[in-house]
Amino acid sequence: MTNAIELLGISKSYGSVQALNNIHLTINDGEFFSLLGPSGSGKTTCLKIIAGFEGSQEGHVKLFNEDVTLVPPYKRDLNTVFQDYALFPHMSVRSNIGYSLRIKKVNLEEQNKRIDEILETVKLIGYDLRKPSELSGGQRQRVALARSLINKPKVLLLDEPLGALDLKLREQMQIELKNLQRKFNITFIYVTHDQQEALSMSDRIAVFNNGRVEQIDTPHNIYNKPKTSFVADFIGITTIFPKEDASQFNITKSFSIRPEFISIQSSSSSSSKDFKIKAKVTDIQYQGSFNKIIFESSFRNSLSVFQNTNNNENISYKIDQEYILEFDKKDITLLDD
Amino acid sequence: MINFIVNISDYFYRNKNFLFLLFLLPPLSWLGIIYLGSLLTFLSHSFFSLDGFTGKINYTFTLNTIFELFNSRANFDILIRTVGLALTVTFGSALIGFPIAYYMAKFTSPKVKIFFYIAIMLPLWSSYLVRVYSWKLILAKEGIINWFFGKLHLTWLLDKILSIPYIGGPSLSISYIGMFLVFTYIWLPFMILPIHASLERVPNSLINASLDLGASKRQTFYKVILPLALPGIAAGSIFTFSLTLGDYIIPYIIGTSKFFIGQAVYTHQGTAGNIPLAAAFSLVPIIVMIFYIKTAKKLGAFDAL
Repeated sequence: MTNAIELLGISKSYGSVQALNNIHLTINDGEFFSLLGPSGSGKTTCLKIIAGFEGSQEGHVKLFNEDVTLVPPYKRDLNTVFQDYALFPHMSVRSNIGYSLRIKKVNLEEQNKRIDEILETVKLIGYDLRKPSELSGGQRQRVALARSLINKPKVLLLDEPLGALDLKLREQMQIELKNLQRKFNITFIYVTHDQQEALSMSDRIAVFNNGRVEQIDTPHNIYNKPKTSFVADFIGITTIFPKEDASQFNITKSFSIRPEFISIQSSSSSSSKDFKIKAKVTDIQYQGSFNKIIFESSFRNSLSVFQNTNNNENISYKIDQEYILEFDKKDITLLDD
Repeated sequence: MINFIVNISDYFYRNKNFLFLLFLLPPLSWLGIIYLGSLLTFLSHSFFSLDGFTGKINYTFTLNTIFELFNSRANFDILIRTVGLALTVTFGSALIGFPIAYYMAKFTSPKVKIFFYIAIMLPLWSSYLVRVYSWKLILAKEGIINWFFGKLHLTWLLDKILSIPYIGGPSLSISYIGMFLVFTYIWLPFMILPIHASLERVPNSLINASLDLGASKRQTFYKVILPLALPGIAAGSIFTFSLTLGDYIIPYIIGTSKFFIGQAVYTHQGTAGNIPLAAAFSLVPIIVMIFYIKTAKKLGAFDAL
């Protein structure tokens, strides 16, 4: 397997603010790789350094085993889809998409052929003479995609490309992006703060926090085997038992437990689960297919439990009432810190 | 009585447009009557003529006064001279103004930007006449520029430049080069500010996108930055061009004895009392400006607005 991108010890600070701290990443060729983290965690800075828009104070960037640390962006064989799309407002859709071909002085016939091809791929036939200002958000997104894909780059960088779209459109674009990636067999490096997006699309995810990479893993492992309490907390809904509380369960490290592994003990049946705690209902949130019931335990942390709403034998829980929650030792995740 | 007032108030509430019109009438009539009315009255005189014997205006429609602009060699030279200088000044202002505006918009911190704003606006807060007279001193034979050239033993070069026909003159302070320098200095803020405003609206991501798509910095400048700054350059050039067309003080103080449109209007309506010819001269900048804006529009200067 070839390495598309390698980051070797990248550090970057803006004045006294450390944006990236000793980042090491290896991204495989053809991989869908996400940089996930809250805003200000350094994921976009990392992308800008890969693209070459920003330099780093320390470390090296390798593109297909070639050191490109000092190579300007226009000489790097990769393309970017920008968060605000960055379409040229004075050019039509067609000239926007054909921009890189004109720069490379590709002959006109070839230009037109490739533009028509890509217009079809992103389903924008008939819109080619419009100005970006005459398009909807989703259409602009497609133009931005087409413009960066027309060169058939080996690596495509995407900076929160779906952030400005509404939920329905976003879900539809997620599927299309994934299909495009498979079709062109390009390495995608995808920056997002949306964990659902990262989990559903990526082959691997790097979770960023405070300029550091907390964990690099497959979506399955990121969700089920988070290494740090930050990752456990950031991805999905979880309850964390810090070290002090964990000792009550005879566990020496802090651990987390997902709501789907917690059950509420009904008075009739006696259960055989490993751990039991008393907790009081503080809130019940209707979520459509399930209820999210929030408990407060004697450890003063809140636990979420899911209850299927389409279950016939539904018990209606009351706020402020105490119940016994239980879970198994095998379902907990031990955390490093 | 109370009832009557309530009725009026109700009427206004229901007929908002009428109330709106009532409020707008005073400013609109100011613009319409005092502003445009007097201008049109004056300009309409260009279609009358002056009786050479009595010195009175003959109020019958004629195109002779307008023809006089083109038939008389002296008058026609005034038009050509003025438009030529206005174009040169506009070009010079854009050439000097663009880099300053570009630096301000893309490379300065907010604090430095405020410094630039003040530096650019500061001259506008002092008297126009004072600034022009200062330049007269700077450019004079005894002035600092001559002194500087003298110190560098380059007086011969300055003399050579001044001896070039058309743009030269007896000294910098009585020459077209001098006028060009002073005009460019005086109108520069009107060029920098619109260009700066248009560049400020170009997001950095557009520049990054262009680099990302393989364009070098130079190509990015010509294909992305310059086209998007064009409306600003056009707006700035409308200021510098039209202000130069109409000015008569700088040609009077710095210029040679050759007239410009502003001076022609001034003498014809003042000492000569030839209001129709003055009006005809005034018509020229307006018509030139209309053509100028139309051409700019055709060339796509306002496409990126």
